[in-house]
Amino acid sequence: MSVQIEAVRPATARRTPTHNLTRTSGIGLGVTMIWFSLLVLIPLAAVVATAAAGGWDGFWRAITNEQTAAAIRVTVTAAFAVTLVNIVIGTMISWVLVRDRFPGKGLLELVIDIPFALPTIVAGLVLLSLYGNDSPLGLHFANTKWSIYLAFLFVTLPFIVRTVQPVLEELDQEIEEAAASLGASRFTTFRRIILPALVPAIAAGAALSFARAVGEYGSLVLLSGNLPFESEVTSVRILSAIENDNRATAASIATLLLLISLLVIVVLDIVQRRVARRG
Amino acid sequence: MNRIDEGCRRMKIKRVVAGLSAGVLALGLAACGGSSSGDSAETISIVGFAVPEAANKAIAEEFKKTDEGEGVGFKTSYGASGDQSRAVADGLKADYVHLSVATDVARLVDADLVDPAWNQGANKGIVSTSVVVLGVREGNPKNIQGWDDLVKPGVGVVTANPASSGAARWNALAAWGHVTENGGTEAEATEFVDQLFANVVSLTNSGRDATTSFLQGNGDVLLAYENEAILASQQGEGFDYVIPETTMLIENPGAILKDASAPSQDWLDFVLSEEGQKQFALTGFRPVNTAEPGTVDWDAVGLEPGDIEGAPNPEDPFPAVPNLLTLDKNFGGGDWSGVADKLFGTGEDGQSLGIVTEAIAKSGKASE
Repeated sequence: MSVQIEAVRPATARRTPTHNLTRTSGIGLGVTMIWFSLLVLIPLAAVVATAAAGGWDGFWRAITNEQTAAAIRVTVTAAFAVTLVNIVIGTMISWVLVRDRFPGKGLLELVIDIPFALPTIVAGLVLLSLYGNDSPLGLHFANTKWSIYLAFLFVTLPFIVRTVQPVLEELDQEIEEAAASLGASRFTTFRRIILPALVPAIAAGAALSFARAVGEYGSLVLLSGNLPFESEVTSVRILSAIENDNRATAASIATLLLLISLLVIVVLDIVQRRVARRG
Repeated sequence: MNRIDEGCRRMKIKRVVAGLSAGVLALGLAACGGSSSGDSAETISIVGFAVPEAANKAIAEEFKKTDEGEGVGFKTSYGASGDQSRAVADGLKADYVHLSVATDVARLVDADLVDPAWNQGANKGIVSTSVVVLGVREGNPKNIQGWDDLVKPGVGVVTANPASSGAARWNALAAWGHVTENGGTEAEATEFVDQLFANVVSLTNSGRDATTSFLQGNGDVLLAYENEAILASQQGEGFDYVIPETTMLIENPGAILKDASAPSQDWLDFVLSEEGQKQFALTGFRPVNTAEPGTVDWDAVGLEPGDIEGAPNPEDPFPAVPNLLTLDKNFGGGDWSGVADKLFGTGEDGQSLGIVTEAIAKSGKASE
C-alpha cells in the first residue's frame, strides 16, 4: 500500500521541513509506526535474524546451492519478464477501460480483479486443467518453465491496471487537445504529455507485480511440476528447506528474495521520481 | 491534484473493503481449522496428517459410546504431516498426534513434548499402515507391472518430492529397496533411483498435489499409497493401481503428548483396538498387524473382505505382497536412522548429500 501512496504523492511534498507534527498528527504517526512495526518490521527482522544466525558462510552456502541458485534464477527472470509484459499490457488495458466505451465494459471492469481475489491454489487448479496434458485448448504448458510465466501473468494482471486506471481517469483530456492543436503528433502527445503522468502509477504497479511474482507459490505448484533446474521456483525451495528443518536456509533464501524485491522497488522509485521531476 | 486524490481515494476504499473481507474470511478459516484452546480435561485435541481424518472421525464416534469415552469432546486439526509436527513443536495444543512418518514424532520428542519411549509398545508406536502402490491410467495402457517398468523410456512418473514431503520418502525408499533388497548393490540402486527421477514429469510438494496432478493428466504412473487410492475411489475420483512385487510397508505413527488430557491414553488404546483398526480398514488402511505386518487378520478387526469399498478386487482388497519391506526388517529400524541421511540428506549443515536428493538434482541437469 505504501508504494501506491508514493505513486500519487505530489513530487513537491519532498521539500517539506523535517516535521510539521501537531499533537493529533503525532498520535497518528505513532499508531502508524506501532502498527507497521508489529505487522511488518518485526516479522521481517525475525526472518533476517534467522538468516543471520547461520553466519555469512551459512547464508552464502544456502543461496549458492546449485539447485537453489537455479530456482532463484528461474523465479527472478520470470518475474522480470512478466512485469515488463504487465507494464505494456496493463497500461493498455487500463487505457481501454478508461478511454473507450464498448459493450461489456462493466463486466470486464469486474473480471479484472478476479485473479487477485481467487485463492491461488484454486487458480493453480484452473490453470492446470486448462494448460495441462488434458487441456481442452490443446495447450500443454504443464511441467515446463513456461507454466511459471503463465501463473505469474495470471496473478499479477490486476496490479498495473488498478494503479494506472485512476490516474488516467483524472487526466485532463484538454491538455492532450492543446498539445494536438499546437501540432504535436499523437505519439509525441503520448510520450510527452500522457506517459510522464502515468509513470509513477506504472512504477508502483510494476513494483507490486514484481514483488508478488517473486513470492508466488499457490497458483503454480500444481502446474509447474516443480522440476529442479527447469520449473522449480524459490518458494518451493524454501518449503523444502523448512521440511528438512533447515530454517536458517529457508530464511536465507527469503532474505535474498527480500533484498531483490527491495532493490527493484527502490529502482522503480528512482525512475518514477526522475520522470516526475522532468514532467 | 485534488481530483486525482479523490479518484484514488475511491479506489482505495474499494480495495480496503476487499482487503478487509479477505482478512475476515481468513480469520474465519483459521478459526475453523484451529484447535488451540482445548484445555478441558475431557477434551482430546487431535493433530494429524490429512488422510486419516475420515477414519479418526469414525473412531471418535465409536469411542464416545464406550465408558472411557463418554462425554469426551474432540478438537481436530489436519494438514501436511511435517507442517502439523512443526506446529505442535511450536506450541499448537495437542493431546494426540497422528503423523505420516516417525521422524515427525521424533521432532516432538526432541522438543520434549513426547515421551522418548513412545515407540516401545507392542505396536512400536504405529497406529495405521498401508503400502506403496503404482497408480496407472485406466486399463494400464503402458502395461506397468512393477518398479522396472518405471524407468523405461517414455514413461512419465508423478510423485511427491521426498525433499519437501516427508511422506514421499516412503515412495523413494520403496524404489531403493526394490533393488537393494532383491540382491542388487547400492551402486545399482543408485543408478535405478537416478533413472526413476529422470522419468519424473511432475514433482509435487505433497501426496495430495501429486494425485491432483496425475488426475489432471500428468504422467503415466503415480507413486501413491494404497489407502489413499482406496479412499479416493470411495470419494468418486479413484484410479487404477498395481501393487509391485516388492514394495514398502507404510507405517504411520501415533502418540500422545506428555501433558495430554486424561482420556488421551484410553483414546490411543481404543485406536489400536479392534474397533479402531476396523475404521482404518474401512477407509483403506491395512490394519496394524504386529505379528505379520501388512497382512490382514480379518477376524481381529471383525470384518469381511467384502466390507472394504473402493479396492480394485472386492474379494481381496488388501492382496498379500510377495516381498514386503519394512523399516524395521530392511532398513535398520523404525526411526529412519538407517536411511534418512544416506538417501535424503540435504548436503547442508554438515549432512551428507543424500542419494535421492542427488538423483533429483541430476534429473534436472540432464534434461537441460
